[in-house]
Amino acid sequence: MANLRDIEMRIVSTKKTSQITKAMQMVSASKLNRAEQNAKKFVPYMEKVQDVVGAIASGTKDSGHPMLMSRPVKKTAYLVIGSDRGLAGAYNSSILRRLQAIIDERHKSKDEYVILAVGRVVRDYFAKRGHNVIGEIVGLSDQPTFADIKEIARKAVGMFTDGTYDELYMYYNHFVSAISQEVTEKKLLPLTDIVPSSSTAAYEFEPSGEAILEVLLPQYAESLIYGAILDGKASEHASRMTAMKNATDNASELIDNLSLSYNRARQAAITQEITEIVGGAAALE
Amino acid sequence: MKTVTVNIVTPDGPVYDSEVSMVIAKTTSGEIGVLPGHIPTVAPLAIGAVKLKGQNSEEFVAISGGFIEIRPDKISILAPSAEVANEIDLARAKEALARAEQRLAKKQDSIDFQRAELSLKRAMNRINVHEGNI
Repeated sequence: MANLRDIEMRIVSTKKTSQITKAMQMVSASKLNRAEQNAKKFVPYMEKVQDVVGAIASGTKDSGHPMLMSRPVKKTAYLVIGSDRGLAGAYNSSILRRLQAIIDERHKSKDEYVILAVGRVVRDYFAKRGHNVIGEIVGLSDQPTFADIKEIARKAVGMFTDGTYDELYMYYNHFVSAISQEVTEKKLLPLTDIVPSSSTAAYEFEPSGEAILEVLLPQYAESLIYGAILDGKASEHASRMTAMKNATDNASELIDNLSLSYNRARQAAITQEITEIVGGAAALE
Repeated sequence: MKTVTVNIVTPDGPVYDSEVSMVIAKTTSGEIGVLPGHIPTVAPLAIGAVKLKGQNSEEFVAISGGFIEIRPDKISILAPSAEVANEIDLARAKEALARAEQRLAKKQDSIDFQRAELSLKRAMNRINVHEGNI
């Protein structure tokens, strides 16, 4: 049996760890709250944009806009949304594992694809393995605004338009609930899956349908990226909250076990002392 | 007087939602004034001010691009960013203006130049809307 002092020290240090994880859990819980609100605030914008894009795209057939056209794929881009920091359970690893599997399956050489990374963990993972990381954002705030991500969104859309790559996929953790997030793949560009809106309002276009698509489609793609980042952020906080909750639970279980051994050891020591005293007294008689 | 609902939405949330009797916006091909009952129209917007005329009030909103969707009973403006005049952070806009001017003075490559020009426009637009000289 370990000696009393050692056990006591382990109890103290485990308690301190659990205080930290508990605090991190609560911080993540409040951040998750904010992130969910942000995601909610974004919904009306997204719906409206989708609505108008649908109406215009169904109104002007064969507009020939480059962002709507599928072309032979020579190069694929993956936009991967992860986090800057770890301690978020399987948040980053599940997305990286999935993407790695897909890359291994679809591509033979590293020249066939490029990576756009959001989050330090993602960037480091791909940079270290010698993949071609052509864009990154690190140090994104916990509550990103549209202005924060505009740069990478515009870059991602711009590089598709100028032919750097021919299709763009987005990988992120979709927030299902506080305890469940799922890795989601979304084909962003070309925009082939625009749902024609049901409201058959025949719009007048000022100056023309094409000119509007020119403005609208990049804005649409950028908002899809922003939506995914908001979703990813909510998942990150949820995932970190769950991870920290598990850590706290484990710590308290460990503390319970340790206290039990501590008490046992203490009891054993007392028993031994009494036996010694009694033995000593008996020897004197 | 007839009125129409106006919504101004940005990715960071709704900015404005109210009944007005006339909207004046600056599109890329010129200014348009929209009254209630307008035929459905979509038009891209330039960086500029949107004027919202109520019964006996007038409000200005600074818009940085985006587009306007008009329906007979509802007008939606979707912009990357938008601020109602009295919510504009003047200090920040002035800072951005100074930064953009500085960058323009250096005259680097064309992409940076374009971006600086755009941010200059946005900053000036915010300052103008805030000060009410449109």
